[in-house]
Amino acid sequence: MGLMSQVPVRGTPRFLPISLALVAVLVWAAVVALGVFPESLFPSPRAVARGMVEELRSGRLLNDAVASLFRVGTGFALAVVLGIPLGLWLGHRAYARAAMTPAINFFRNLSPLAWMPFAVLWFGIGDVPAIFLIFMASFFPLALAATLAVASIPSVYFRVASDHGIGGWELVARVSFPAILPEVITALRVTAGVAWVVVVAAEMVAGRDGLGFAVLDARNGLRTDLVVVEMIVIGAIGVIIDRLLAGLTRLPSVRWGYER
Amino acid sequence: MSGGDTNDKVLVVSGLSRHFGSLEALRAVDLQVRRHEFVAIVGPSGCGKTTLLNILSGYERATTGSVTRQGRVRMVYQKDGLFPWLTAGENVLLGLRDVPDTMERRRRLDDLLGLIGLPRFADHYPHQLSGGMRQLVELARALAGESEILLMDEPFSSLDYIARLRMRQELARLLAERPRTVLFVTHDIEEAAQLADRVVVLTERPGRVCRALQVELPRPRSLTHPLVVEAIHTVLAEMGLESNSSPRRNGASGNRQKA
Ligand SMILES: Nc1ncnc2c1ncn2[C@@H]1O[C@H](COP(=O)(O)OP(=O)(O)OP(=O)(O)O)[C@@H](O)[C@H]1O
Ligand SMILES: [Mg+2]
Repeated sequence: MGLMSQVPVRGTPRFLPISLALVAVLVWAAVVALGVFPESLFPSPRAVARGMVEELRSGRLLNDAVASLFRVGTGFALAVVLGIPLGLWLGHRAYARAAMTPAINFFRNLSPLAWMPFAVLWFGIGDVPAIFLIFMASFFPLALAATLAVASIPSVYFRVASDHGIGGWELVARVSFPAILPEVITALRVTAGVAWVVVVAAEMVAGRDGLGFAVLDARNGLRTDLVVVEMIVIGAIGVIIDRLLAGLTRLPSVRWGYER
Repeated sequence: MSGGDTNDKVLVVSGLSRHFGSLEALRAVDLQVRRHEFVAIVGPSGCGKTTLLNILSGYERATTGSVTRQGRVRMVYQKDGLFPWLTAGENVLLGLRDVPDTMERRRRLDDLLGLIGLPRFADHYPHQLSGGMRQLVELARALAGESEILLMDEPFSSLDYIARLRMRQELARLLAERPRTVLFVTHDIEEAAQLADRVVVLTERPGRVCRALQVELPRPRSLTHPLVVEAIHTVLAEMGLESNSSPRRNGASGNRQKA
């Protein structure tokens, strides 16, 4: 599991990534000071910091971040609430699985950005097209991950369940779901990352606010310093989302999935 | 075999065969197991031992023949039979699902965990336990509730030798406390001879009973007791793994069965 490598190795000093970031900013400042590129193409750290303060003061940055998070939250929550039950169901139903897996696989491999024209035609401008695109980006990978995870549950668990009279809904709730949870959490992390990427693109095309729209707006106003501000915020929020979801892997009842 | 009174037989298998398509896994198996008898089943790989247990547990059907059981059956799996998302205590509680009263369930859980010597591990997850501890928890779960027959399919085969020796002692002790009728499949002939009242040897596929050997010795038994050694020799000889020439002692009496 690639995501596991993000767990810090015991004893690695925490200041290492911070010092690296400081060095990067210094190099950046040095390049700007050399005056190789005009300030409009290559904003200085100082300009970016000023832009950041300006955006925070005006409240625009907060508004845009909230708008983007609302869209991702809604679209992603819909995808989780519908996709994981669908995956659980497909995992238990061989015929339905055989019928639907190719279609799900098709849509998973279709870039959600390809839906952009229809998203705008059907839903216009605003929250709905972005939520739609985020849903399309997350629903299929989540459903597929859950389906495959159910299909690979060791059969001994189902035998133990039937030995103890666990069947029907109880089987899904007490065996299938907890058995796939570690894999589902991994899929959630990957998919949330994709959703966060998609919302920026969606807002560039179908937004009047949001961080994606703000990037485009800043460029149109030739404020490259603000472009960098938005970039920093987008990246930082993405990291925070992943950290929050990574916290799920510390639940005691899923640890087994990561310690095999 | 001995007539006996039929109520004494908890498990009666007669003329049992099992085919998988054209493959014949078991042929005309007859077996009668007394209440609280410990029967070990040994035989070459692929001779249908697991299939036999699956039929006895009701998980698979016999192609021909009949099985009658009295009392509830519990299966102990080779490994990974515990739900990894539940703690040891929660896993054992699965075996107590039909105890309606919460306090009573709690009390029986504490008893069982004490019995297997792991009272402080109720809140540990299976991946935090050693292989032997996990099998002990499996045993506790199988002994919970009102089960009468334990079907065990190579329950100790994933453990190292020392742990296996220890688990044999534990099993003998647990059965003394909570008597059950046991059908115990194993590749380990030592294990069979040290634990079982009767060792049933199956032939190559299609599996048939080719020999049943009584070992009349109270448990726990020492592995090096002459009767145990004698039984090991007899089974090895029956499987063609040791010459039949070594002198026989009395006590371990092999009685050939009609197929
Ligand atoms: N579901 C099945 N479908 C087809 N063939 C099967 C099935 N289950 C078992 N068999 C066949 O039946 C025979 C007996 O299998 P079984 O698993 O009972 O053997 P075993 O005695 O338990 O072997 P081992 O000692 O290796 O565990 C084997 O040849 C196996 O290939
Ligand atoms: Mg087997």
